[in-house]
Amino acid sequence: MAKTIPRLQAPAPILERPPAVSGLLAPARFMKLVAALLFVGAAVLPFITATPYLISILTSAMIYIVLAMGLNVVVGYAGLLDLGYIAFMAVGAYTSGILTTQFGLSMLETIPFVVLACVVAGVIIGGPTLRLRSDYLAIVTLGFGEIIRITANNLQVTGGPSGIHGIPTWSFFGWSFADGLEIGGIQFTSKILFYYFVLFVGIGLAVVAVSRLGKGKLGRAWKSVRDDEDVSEAMGINGYKTKLMAYIIGAIWGGFAGTLMAGHLSAISPNSFEFLYSALVLMAVVLGGMGSTPGVILGALFVSLAPELLRDFSEWRFLLFGVLLVVTMVFRPKGIWPATAVLPFLKKREIPQVPPTEAVGVVGVEEDEEGKR
Amino acid sequence: MFQLIWNGLFVGSFYALVALGYSMVYGIIKLLNFAHGDLYMLGSFIAFVVLGGLTGLFGIGSIPILLLVLLISMLLTGGIGVLIERVAYRPLRTSPRLAALITAVGVSFTIEYAVRQIFGASPKVFPVQLEGAPLDVLGARITLPQIVLMLVAAVLMFALQRYVMHSREGRAMRAIALDQKASLLMGVNVNRVISRTFFIGSALAGAAGVMAAAYYGTIDFLMGFVIGLKAFTAAVIGGIGNLYGAMLGGIVLGLLESFGTSWFGGQWRDVFAFGFLILFLVFRPTGLLGERVVERV
Repeated sequence: MAKTIPRLQAPAPILERPPAVSGLLAPARFMKLVAALLFVGAAVLPFITATPYLISILTSAMIYIVLAMGLNVVVGYAGLLDLGYIAFMAVGAYTSGILTTQFGLSMLETIPFVVLACVVAGVIIGGPTLRLRSDYLAIVTLGFGEIIRITANNLQVTGGPSGIHGIPTWSFFGWSFADGLEIGGIQFTSKILFYYFVLFVGIGLAVVAVSRLGKGKLGRAWKSVRDDEDVSEAMGINGYKTKLMAYIIGAIWGGFAGTLMAGHLSAISPNSFEFLYSALVLMAVVLGGMGSTPGVILGALFVSLAPELLRDFSEWRFLLFGVLLVVTMVFRPKGIWPATAVLPFLKKREIPQVPPTEAVGVVGVEEDEEGKR
Repeated sequence: MFQLIWNGLFVGSFYALVALGYSMVYGIIKLLNFAHGDLYMLGSFIAFVVLGGLTGLFGIGSIPILLLVLLISMLLTGGIGVLIERVAYRPLRTSPRLAALITAVGVSFTIEYAVRQIFGASPKVFPVQLEGAPLDVLGARITLPQIVLMLVAAVLMFALQRYVMHSREGRAMRAIALDQKASLLMGVNVNRVISRTFFIGSALAGAAGVMAAAYYGTIDFLMGFVIGLKAFTAAVIGGIGNLYGAMLGGIVLGLLESFGTSWFGGQWRDVFAFGFLILFLVFRPTGLLGERVVERV
């Protein structure tokens, strides 16, 4: 006769999981709505006012958002300080600049090479240093940024100090943005077409992809390594691989932003890739809120539009940024829009207080006669 | 050949002075003080201002006056270093490392652009430039100011070595570097010792700044950036957190650069130096004199 083994039972949950918040004021849905509205607003804007100046600074600001979202993966999600991030932008910009002007490729065809170059650069820098303490990475990336800038300054193929001129804008299978486009009697100039391109492909891809990456398995691994590497290794996460992934993904995003920038400005020079600009992107991420998508977008807009909005103040802005960085870190280390922030008027999921009970039930406790534990 | 070695030793002694401060601060609170290179820059600007006043009083500047100026700007940069630690780093001592590093970048930015707002972005000509008849030693051109500056650097390093290794305060520093909590329990005033470390490190950087300004003749608000990186490289080569390592690393880096410049040309000098930094981190992250540090959880 088979002996019946008492079935092991998991303890009853102390709390019932509260139902998800529904309705328009649920935080996730509300933020998506706001994002969609902003996106539509940005898409409609050229129909309202389309001065070349406005389109130009908005395009730059959007490229900044792509850049900041890439750095957000490295600094915000994985907690690695990259002080030479602009170097990846330089790698991307120079790769596509050289390939288009000297080898006659179109911008679209340079993308695989840009990605490849950025992955290689990311592995060369990240590979050895990510095994060490995180602060070594900071200073090595700083040195890497200088190496890239000086190399671009000294080589023939990169055009030396004067850089590369006459980079063509994007073209697809023989049709280029420079040709313009006419739909329904409305003439779209090449700048406006490029604006839409950055808006849909750049912003669309960067913001959606990065925030979704952050929520996925890899993103959770990044955050756990950031919070405690030893514990997450004990949980079976390969800390080194995870950090290297973050670094490479950040590098690809930076390179893509560089390609966009090369197409936008049509000229690049080593001066655009000084340490100052790495620090500005870092400020965008830190001031906005590390790891927080709305925060990083706000930060990137602030950093890129501040010199335009505060013209009289532009001399002082770097000093102001430096002070802001210290003040933010001391008083509000999570930035203006922390990753966990929920707007106050939105519904929050009610989490009931844990009742002060005795110890948690133990697995496998046998039931007594009355059927109670 | 001997000229290259001499140049390397000379530049290396500046690097060593800056690297010492880097290494000391890192050894004690495990913080990369990015603003360290900017203290070097501040030292030269303070000397620029003080020297402007002093030459008005005493006429033309000479080496004794320069030594006085050196002392004054060492004291002032030291004070500024203590202030930075108090305002920016102490509140973050227990927070994650990333926060402290970002703060350090912010401090560095603040100092650089504050100096730019005060003195302007264009390079300033230092009022005293040391020139002397070159002596011919073993085929190398060596000038008297070079010898004086190297002597000053050597004296400063020797004094520091005596202080850290043979005084009560130095023992407290080494104790904190080993274990901050235990030294607190043993009655060491940790905050005061850390302040003192910042004072000494910053003063050394300031001294290097004054000496470099007097030797090269021009100063500008970004001059600390590259030297900060180089000093870190020197500290890593020697073994970060190690006093002798920083000195050795500075000299080694100076020599490497001197030879690298003659092999590849001056425009590749910095690439060469930072390339070495990466190589060292790959193959010997603890540096020449460093010991393997086991990270405790």
